Amino acid sequence: MNSEQINRSRTVDWTLRAYIVLAYVFVFAPIAASFVFSLNSDRFPSIPLGSVSLDWYRAVAADPLVWQGLGNTLMIGLIVGVVSTFLGFGAAYTDYRYHFFGKQAYLALALLPPTIPVIIMGLAMLAFLSRVDLSGRAISVIISHVVICAPFAMAIIRLRLSQMDPALEPAAWNLGASEWATMWHVIVPFTKPAIFGALFITMAVSFDEFAIAWFVSGLNETLPVKVLGFLQGQVSPRINAIGTFVFVISMTLVIVAQVLLSGRAAPKSDEKE
Amino acid sequence: MQRDTLVSIEGVIKRFGSFTAVRKMDFEIRKGEFLAIMGSSGCGKTTTLRMLAGLEAPTEGVIRLSGKPINHLPTWQRDTPMVWQSLALFPFLNVRENVEFALKMRGVGKAERRRRAEQWLDRMQILEFSERNIAQLSGGQRQRVALARSLVVEPEILLLDEPLSALDAALKVRMQSVLKNLQRETGITFVYVTHSQSEAFSMADRVVIMSRGVIEQIGTPQEIYGAPRTRFVADFLGSSNIFTGKVLAASDSGVQLETADGPIVLKGARLAQPPRQGATATLTVLDTKTHLSMTPPPDATNVLPVRVIGEEFVGATATIYLETPRGQEIRVQKGHEDLVGLPLDIGETLYAHWAPTDSHLVAEA
Repeated sequence: MNSEQINRSRTVDWTLRAYIVLAYVFVFAPIAASFVFSLNSDRFPSIPLGSVSLDWYRAVAADPLVWQGLGNTLMIGLIVGVVSTFLGFGAAYTDYRYHFFGKQAYLALALLPPTIPVIIMGLAMLAFLSRVDLSGRAISVIISHVVICAPFAMAIIRLRLSQMDPALEPAAWNLGASEWATMWHVIVPFTKPAIFGALFITMAVSFDEFAIAWFVSGLNETLPVKVLGFLQGQVSPRINAIGTFVFVISMTLVIVAQVLLSGRAAPKSDEKE
Repeated sequence: MQRDTLVSIEGVIKRFGSFTAVRKMDFEIRKGEFLAIMGSSGCGKTTTLRMLAGLEAPTEGVIRLSGKPINHLPTWQRDTPMVWQSLALFPFLNVRENVEFALKMRGVGKAERRRRAEQWLDRMQILEFSERNIAQLSGGQRQRVALARSLVVEPEILLLDEPLSALDAALKVRMQSVLKNLQRETGITFVYVTHSQSEAFSMADRVVIMSRGVIEQIGTPQEIYGAPRTRFVADFLGSSNIFTGKVLAASDSGVQLETADGPIVLKGARLAQPPRQGATATLTVLDTKTHLSMTPPPDATNVLPVRVIGEEFVGATATIYLETPRGQEIRVQKGHEDLVGLPLDIGETLYAHWAPTDSHLVAEA
């Protein structure tokens, strides 16, 4: 018997396992229910279930409005991801490299947007964007989403930079790399997992975001806004089908980000002596 | 400036805000020498090295490399590579790419880059690891990668910032001989910053001892060991017994000092500036040249009654710690055979003595 086994209580072990299972059930039960009912042929979500069918998926796929919403969402998500990651990288590097008066305030302001209630944010965005004649377009959603996504990108990239040996950058200068060359050949490669992680996370955030998009999107509705439209009209199992679809895309983005962020960070830990 | 001078540091001062890291420093680094800069933490040794590397600019004064002032040349425009304490290898590049980095930044072509990198990897005996990740290497192998990465541009000078501090004792000794041989074979000037006396003294041709931003002494290890210039150096090296007292008599060949424990004499010296009578002066004697006996030796000068307060064995030698009646601590270092028959239990009384010609006058008390 190794020391791990002799120092463990079976009761504690099983309690912890049960706790984790319950926590996951609590989180995933509604999503699972949505998935199950999306495959149910009945018009209303009730038990016993009818037969298994893909009718609702077909109905969704045949709806041009859904495709339009999806196209908007994907296009906006991609642009938001790229722009937010670029801005987040710049902000994180500024924080890493420079010390200046008011840096704490700079950081606090940079990380503020996600903590503002989305309703307030959405209203403020609408008020501001319509004032400058930019509301009701795809660019309005992009601008608004960048505001809430860039802080996430900054936080992720900043974490990676904090793991970097502070001697790495001056070592590159010392070996003949100018500041730009060092940025390209040292800082970017080192933070690459975090850059891609940030890209996928910000895409996922934009993809799921509803409230602000609802305020500013006008006719260029994103998918979550379309879903609300469906719900207001009638309760249709098509919602379940869309929900499952959206869930799969978001989870894929988040999981890819997680793999990038943890997988590459692993050799870093044993590199320290 | 001498002909064989590679770097000259002229009146260099470095301030960080109100803190002065380096005060008015003047010295020269000769072509092809192994120079160690030694001192405790915060003495300004690393700041000095960083100014040579171009990572800091001097507040005042001039640093010249081969006669040309380089004060405000950015580090990437100098050929002054540095080996970092943390080694600072690039974790996202493999061993060969790490070594190629400086060549790539200088626009050397791919094939040439590879050839020169592999040549240095071979020289450092790590060619077989060239495609490995840094994380897969041992401490000693990383050390060699860091050296190859800095030397691949074949600089005139290599700066080393305590590169061995993370290694275990046995590996440290092995890397010391690797470094020393490398320096001798390449003829590249090495400037090696360390807080370790054994590293500095075993490798360097000349040692600079710094304290609080000031150079206390520059000289060969033998010179510094045998004749510490200041009391600080004698204390720092810890290999001498130190006596301070009032000068009773002084000539250009000797000094007689009145200390709390009695007179201490220096004879047979050649003093450029003998101390004035009545002034305070400091004499030192190496612990290896201090002898012990059970009775006071006949007609000997420099005899002190002492009490044993401890002993320490390191390999073939023993260090005996003693105390005079006035509480001055004295150390004696001897081979075991020289101590046979002496009562060395704590509290025993013995006599410490040494020849007046083995005394040394410290210039700055």
